[in-house]
Amino acid sequence: MTWLLRLLSPLDRKLVRDLWAMKGQALAIACVIAGGVSVFLISAGMLDSLTETRRAYYERYRFADIWAPVVRAPDALAADIRRIEGVQAAETRIRAPLLFDIPGMAEPASGEVISLPDGREPSVNQLYLMDGRLPRPGQRGEAVVIDSFAAAHGLEIGDTLSATIRGGRSDLTVVGRALSPEHVYTIAPGQIVPDPRLYGVIWMSRDALGEAVDQDGAFNEAVVRLMPGHDAAPVIDRLDRLLDPYGAPGAYGRADQISDAFVSSEIEQLSTMGRILPPIFLAVAAFLVNVVLSRLVATERAEIGLMKAFGYRDRDVMAHYLKFAGLIGVLGLGLGGAAGIWLGRLMAGLYTDYYHFPFLVFTANPRVYLLALAITVLAVGGGAILAARRAALLHPAIAMQPPPPPDYSRTAGMGLTRWSLLDQPSRMILRRMVRWPGRAGFTLAGVAMSGALLVGTLYFTDAMEAMVSSYFDQSNRQDVTVSFVEPRQRSAFHEVSRLPGVLAAEPFRSVAVRLRYGPAEERAAMMGVPRGAALSRMIGADGQGVETPPGGLVVSRDLAETLGIEAGDRIAVEITEGRRPELELPVAAVVTTLIGSGVQMELGDLNALMGEGAAVSGAHLVADADAVDRLYTALKSAPGVAGVSLQSVAERNFRALMDESMGVAIWLYTGFAGLIAIGVIYNSVRISLSESAHEFATLRVLGFTRAEVSYILLGEIGFLTLIALPAGGLLGTGLAWYFAEAMSSDLFRLPFVIHPATYGFAAAVILVTTALSGLIVRARLDHFDLVAVLKARE
Amino acid sequence: MTPADRQTSTTPCFRTRGLTKVYGSGENAVHALRGVDLDLPEGELVVLLGPSGSGKSTLLNILGGLDAASDGEVWFRDQELSAASQTALTLYRRRHVGFVFQFYNLMPSLTARENVQLVTEIADRPMTAEEALGMVGLEKRLDHFPAQLSGGEQQRVAIARAIAKRPSVLLCDEPTGALDSATGIRVLQALKQVNESLGATTLVITHNAGVAAMAHRVITFSDGRIGEVRTNERRADPSELSW
Repeated sequence: MTWLLRLLSPLDRKLVRDLWAMKGQALAIACVIAGGVSVFLISAGMLDSLTETRRAYYERYRFADIWAPVVRAPDALAADIRRIEGVQAAETRIRAPLLFDIPGMAEPASGEVISLPDGREPSVNQLYLMDGRLPRPGQRGEAVVIDSFAAAHGLEIGDTLSATIRGGRSDLTVVGRALSPEHVYTIAPGQIVPDPRLYGVIWMSRDALGEAVDQDGAFNEAVVRLMPGHDAAPVIDRLDRLLDPYGAPGAYGRADQISDAFVSSEIEQLSTMGRILPPIFLAVAAFLVNVVLSRLVATERAEIGLMKAFGYRDRDVMAHYLKFAGLIGVLGLGLGGAAGIWLGRLMAGLYTDYYHFPFLVFTANPRVYLLALAITVLAVGGGAILAARRAALLHPAIAMQPPPPPDYSRTAGMGLTRWSLLDQPSRMILRRMVRWPGRAGFTLAGVAMSGALLVGTLYFTDAMEAMVSSYFDQSNRQDVTVSFVEPRQRSAFHEVSRLPGVLAAEPFRSVAVRLRYGPAEERAAMMGVPRGAALSRMIGADGQGVETPPGGLVVSRDLAETLGIEAGDRIAVEITEGRRPELELPVAAVVTTLIGSGVQMELGDLNALMGEGAAVSGAHLVADADAVDRLYTALKSAPGVAGVSLQSVAERNFRALMDESMGVAIWLYTGFAGLIAIGVIYNSVRISLSESAHEFATLRVLGFTRAEVSYILLGEIGFLTLIALPAGGLLGTGLAWYFAEAMSSDLFRLPFVIHPATYGFAAAVILVTTALSGLIVRARLDHFDLVAVLKARE
Repeated sequence: MTPADRQTSTTPCFRTRGLTKVYGSGENAVHALRGVDLDLPEGELVVLLGPSGSGKSTLLNILGGLDAASDGEVWFRDQELSAASQTALTLYRRRHVGFVFQFYNLMPSLTARENVQLVTEIADRPMTAEEALGMVGLEKRLDHFPAQLSGGEQQRVAIARAIAKRPSVLLCDEPTGALDSATGIRVLQALKQVNESLGATTLVITHNAGVAAMAHRVITFSDGRIGEVRTNERRADPSELSW
């Protein structure tokens, strides 16, 4: 170390020693900078990785821009579709729900099967084959299985997989494992968390599937890729007109494609986090650099005078102090960069559990690293420049004289502190704050910000909990939802409700609709729900099911907001299946739904509007826990069942997802908030100690005990912390509100609820941090050399 | 009680035997005190003279409970300071000792009155701050902050702060060191008056041999030992002093 120092100029040697002497403070600041840098790297890097990976994947595997489902349309239409202006490529295909029968697994797994063109790669939505091959044309029993489902069940190439497609059972040979750009987030319809065990996707050859589902020479979905830069709306319009005679509920773009919607929502959330958090850290870091450097300059007044007397120029002095800040910045950048990359990789690993890309590597592009460097330089430089300038501007003759004692006589607001009931130590605490209100204010703001960050991030747990409880405990209380291949008569519902293990059952009818109000138009799912529904229904503000008045609609809030409607309005409703009636219906109520969105109507009313008799699309069931396996077995072989979803499993999955990914993120951010608190509090106390060392030593000499002196040392930060707690609570509430607004998407809405325990926990973290920082600094009081301190004049 | 009476009382205010203080160790060891034996009677005003590094400040600090001896004994009345814990020494300073320093060491955030109250609040039977400041002639400057007071005034506030608790001993390390001579004399007058009216044993360290004339007793230090102890037959009034 010593030989290394010798290589440096004397001024740089001083710098290294100064830094070493202030290592605790320097490290605390570096950690705050590191917090900002790593959050920035994680969010910006992850954002980059995810966006770039998605772009490359979609591009390379020709992800569709438009999906156009129909009931059944002749193959010949494919040529017409390809001729639409703006269409680069189009495929027609067959897509059907299916049920798997996995040996040894009680629960019925469901999924979908999608056709692949015979003898060639599809020109839209190509598969990323991980293993094996595509089905051979003419080979009836071959299927490619989505990798997640294959992995969940240990399916290997050559294994047999049993599936029921449209009531017909097929034994399929697994010939390949693949990923698909359409199924990055592989999720069952109506679910929010993927379950690779219970939901799978397979691909079969067009011929084979066409036969199985009776769609020979026909298709039930067209997928379209647009010319680069071409607008989707006119193409959707043309498609709708072209396909209208074939029972098309309406084509839709990527925004309504479920997998991409989830990926987009994740990307949106990352960018929100990246916008909010790093600036907080870096503002705090800038302030800390400023106070610590100002203090250093004040302590080194005489040295600065001496340097100048020896002929060092103003800019040498300034550069010296800027270097000091710069070294702290470099340390913070290094720590933050390493932590950011490490955490980013960890996070990318977590993502790959849920988002299935062929590859997802955490690689921020150089622009992100440069940006991290730039904002660090900005924060540290901004914080340092004023203090360094002050040092540079000191006049040598004045600098070498001791500074005059701080003048408290002309400080505004001093009158307040003359209050006679105060004891002198408390008066000293109060006057320091009144004398340097900016500093006290920032300490307060820093601690409050840290508290706000804690409340803001812990809020997510509260919101998620509220979401789960609202969705699963109030809105969807069924254990199992069975959906039929196509609408069936009421008797089918009665059959299902008589299956073994069913304790209660409730029918539902679900239809695709287009809602219009003025120029606004939205696609939505309309649920027909029986009067007095107790299992699955929309929940009003009172937590009770909303009763739908005869002929009226209940609309979810997000849908109402997009359409600009409220209760009492009449809206145009076009049901895009069956007879395709176009109606005008009154909106009876608008309710907040946390997960999903849609429109609800009384089942009988809907049946009447559809003119279809008492038809149902499926049933919600409450199952006897002891007999649930028998129910599952019965459902697997029940005719006309297209899909089965298990709510209780979904709730478990949701909670697991929360614990896993949210858990990591929340503890991470709690740690970061703690870093800010430590940085602010430790530095604040440490500076108080160094500024007032003389006073504290005098007090000890005057016979004040260590506890009494500690009170003066820590009273200020204690007082500021106590004020900062409610301020932080308030700020945190605002931050949570912002998160609730910014992070809600079409897929889910974060409810704005903060549990009192969240405030309590945040307060506890801050208080413990304050206490620890205080104790660390206080330990120095015990080692005060009273004699030495008093000998020196300031 | 005159000093003469006090000398006849059995227990001295301070008693040291073989008092030694060594800073550092081995080759770097500095012997600040090399076996000092001293008896200081109650109520006297004692002036300690001697060149820098002769050990007088070290002695003052040990007597004041700020520093611990390396060897030997120190007694304040019947309490052995050399065997006292840190807590006991803090309590000792709080109850019995008033300090006056060369650089005043006032709290810049407190007014003159409040600086004195700082001490009276934790003392057992203090005088009022106004009374203490009156004794040093600062009754008109009660609500001024240190930054608004001259050096001499600040030092008199420091004296008022030291005496307000009615200390048994008053320890002054170069109290006039930072002052011009006229101001210094005012400060010495204040010290003399306090010594007489409160009967506090007063030790004053000074570089200024002239000050010795106002003492009951003058102790000269050299090289960590007591060189000479003499008592003044006639004590000069501070106003007669000059430097």
